[in-house]
Amino acid sequence: MSHHASDSYYVPHGTRWPIIGSLGLITMMSSAAFWVNNSEVAPWTFLAGVLILIVMLFGWFGEVIRESESGLYNAQVDQSFRMGMMWFIFSEVMFFAVFFGALFYARMFAVPWLGGEGTGALTNDLLWQGYSATWPTAGPAELGGEFQTIPAFGVPFINTLILLSSGLTVTLAHHALKMDNRPRLIFWLLATVFLGFFFVYLQISEYKEAYQHLGLTLGSGIYGSTFFMLTGFHGMHVTLGAIMLTVIAVRSMRGHFKPENHFGFEAVAWYWHFVDVVWLGLFIFVYVY
Amino acid sequence: MSNENTHKHAHAHDHHDDKPTGFLNRWLFTTNHKDIGTLYLILALVMFFVGGAMAMIIRAELFMPGLQLVEPDFFNQMTTMHALIMVFGAVMPAWVGFANWMIPMMIGAPDMALPRLNNWSFWILPFAFTMLASTLFMDSGGPAAGWTLYPPLSLQGGQSFAFVVFSIHMMGISSIMGAINVIATILNMRAPGMGLLRMPLFVWTWLITAFLLIAVMPVLAGAVTMLLTDHFFATSFFNAAGGGDPVMFQHIFWFFGHPEVYILILPAFGVVSEIIPTFARKPLFGYSAMVYATASIAFLSFIVWAHHMFTVGMPLTGELFFMYATMLIAIPTGVKVFNWVSTMWKGSMTFETPMLFAIGFVVLFTIGGLSGLMLAIASVDLQYHDTYFVVAHFHYVLVPGSVFALMAGTYYWLPKWTGHMYSEKWGKIHFWLSAISVNILFFPQHYLGLAGMPRRIPDYSTQFADFNMISSIGGFIFGASQLIFLGVIIHCVYKSRVKAPGRVWEGAKGLEWTLSSPPPYHSFNTPPVIDSTTVAHAEGTH
Ligand code: HEM
Ligand SMILES: [Cu+2]
Repeated sequence: MSHHASDSYYVPHGTRWPIIGSLGLITMMSSAAFWVNNSEVAPWTFLAGVLILIVMLFGWFGEVIRESESGLYNAQVDQSFRMGMMWFIFSEVMFFAVFFGALFYARMFAVPWLGGEGTGALTNDLLWQGYSATWPTAGPAELGGEFQTIPAFGVPFINTLILLSSGLTVTLAHHALKMDNRPRLIFWLLATVFLGFFFVYLQISEYKEAYQHLGLTLGSGIYGSTFFMLTGFHGMHVTLGAIMLTVIAVRSMRGHFKPENHFGFEAVAWYWHFVDVVWLGLFIFVYVY
Repeated sequence: MSNENTHKHAHAHDHHDDKPTGFLNRWLFTTNHKDIGTLYLILALVMFFVGGAMAMIIRAELFMPGLQLVEPDFFNQMTTMHALIMVFGAVMPAWVGFANWMIPMMIGAPDMALPRLNNWSFWILPFAFTMLASTLFMDSGGPAAGWTLYPPLSLQGGQSFAFVVFSIHMMGISSIMGAINVIATILNMRAPGMGLLRMPLFVWTWLITAFLLIAVMPVLAGAVTMLLTDHFFATSFFNAAGGGDPVMFQHIFWFFGHPEVYILILPAFGVVSEIIPTFARKPLFGYSAMVYATASIAFLSFIVWAHHMFTVGMPLTGELFFMYATMLIAIPTGVKVFNWVSTMWKGSMTFETPMLFAIGFVVLFTIGGLSGLMLAIASVDLQYHDTYFVVAHFHYVLVPGSVFALMAGTYYWLPKWTGHMYSEKWGKIHFWLSAISVNILFFPQHYLGLAGMPRRIPDYSTQFADFNMISSIGGFIFGASQLIFLGVIIHCVYKSRVKAPGRVWEGAKGLEWTLSSPPPYHSFNTPPVIDSTTVAHAEGTH
């Protein structure tokens, strides 16, 4: 059993950032709701909410970083941060699990049933006569019209290689940090940031291709829904991860992190590996099969 | 030496050992687990009365057959909002409030592991609930498709729909951050010597609850996101024409929903397991069995979800699997009830208000567990589903279950929190009125359901008139009795002159009782010494 209680505890003083964060969050969320209800000012208030949140994040993390760099934190605080990050990533895993679950359910149950399999025989006969289950599909009503899919072994495969190598570069950066080799640390971090944003760039060009030439949109039935929601949320996470890596790179340039103590770096690296693993799932189940 | 260290920090750090001065500093910017706990509890109490007022409207409309008071659509808004507010606004925040107050004190910590995050977890909620409640004033009215938000009905909700989705997102963010904090606190902040199998059961049940929260709140977030995109962005997750399936929503929702009901009840198990040993003056019977039972309930709660869907059309193997898996839960639940009763067996019992509520919990929660077992039988659930029998079931487990446990816990620890005794006389009046009226309110609903009265309908056939009137009368008495609860709390906080000692209850064991009442602002500045006299469950003694 591990006890990290030192002889005295650390408790941070009061803070204004959370309430600012809440104001940002409610501004953003309520604006989003007005926005989908066709309000014209909502996009702007949404933006304002996002900006408040960004300011909050910089302010809050900035304060924590200053405290950390001035040596206020003990091993116990470090451990709490680690646990926080680990469980946060677990919650993200569950979030992606839902969309993967939807994909599997659609492919294994919903679509075959519509095609008349098992107890779906009558459904097929009475409601969707003539529909036979295939994948990919836009459903028996072919919502969104005809479409083509993005072949796995084109850009998606390149993107797989990019993310895999970015996992490698971030590990090399970690080794460099442990060896106290700053220039190497910064070099490999910047390489990772580059790979991350390059992935996002390729992904966006794939989306353009899908919308402009393949007829594949979010509205392309269940295939389009699962395809864009899974890859879309993943892409958002890659973008976020790449921004976090950028922050870490800037901090490394400013001399932050010590070879034996660099939680901020590790947290971002964990997150990056998580994003990486999700992509492997995506590549296999969305693109290849 | 430890004192010296603490002082150094105190100076480096805005005197964090002292209570902050000024209203904003104390409540808005706070990082203190007790102040945040208080905020959670106040929010929960307010929401309890808001949700309760909606319940009164529902029972008033159902007092007699025919449409009397409200429009049918408004009635449906009331059932939907009542459930959302009670589940997400009253019971869940109340448990987080208890966790905040008690866990650091019970494990010998100065505060929660991540105090700033703790502040944010709370301060998201008032905004989220304001947004949710504001939907009632929109042209479309509030959500009216039931708290389960089944499509396609929920997608027809008009303007309010998106606001509901985003408020659920905010509640989810708050819950996940709160749960992360609880886990980090329990795993990382225990005082030396507080081994895992020495932790009070309330701490254990919350550890497992927190795990459930982190596992399923993202699932709910995903479910409502898909609803949102189906409504506004042309996706087809729940639309058969596009190859999706509305039943898929139900699977996802209940994959969240069933663990969610255990999120509401596991901390209740914990509180009752603290209170009964105190007033029976005996250690808890089968401490480790209680821990393992809690863990098995949590595990099983992930593989039973489709017992809410026996009537939607599932393959036969599915029906059978979910039926048997659900029935399995009765085993660890039975272990718990057995252990509570065995703890009381031959104890030297006294019946102060917390104990009354705890015993009320054991008896009445068990009734709800038994009706649950009846519902778990797939073949007969075809008859019971979506009737008042289900309403009776879940209200038995939630009202004399979770809510009674919350009240038991409030009476048990209120003297510790405030340093004053509450009025035992009014506490007892509150208990007896609540315990009797809650049965008048919910027991007849079993019969109504068995006779076929559907839930979520503002009008009914005249054959159901008598039992509905009885139920409504019980409801009004129950509602009114809760004003006594409010009165007792206000009296205890502001008026009571009777000072509470550190160990408020003579039979009470555990670290929280070694502190003064009220406890110091930071519970333990240095780790306390832990031995078998200060903890309730010394390893290897049972
Ligand atoms: C022995 C344990 C339990 C069993 C076997 C059980 C079984 C069931 C079943 C089969 C249903 C679905 C009935 C239907 O819709 O036809 C149900 C509904 C429900 N149960 Fe339980 N239950 C148990 C314990 C609990 C507990 C502890 C809680 C909460 C604290 C709870 C809360 C609910 C709720 C809220 C619903 C209705 C949800 C809705 O449709 O709105 N149950 N239960
Ligand atoms: Cu259930």
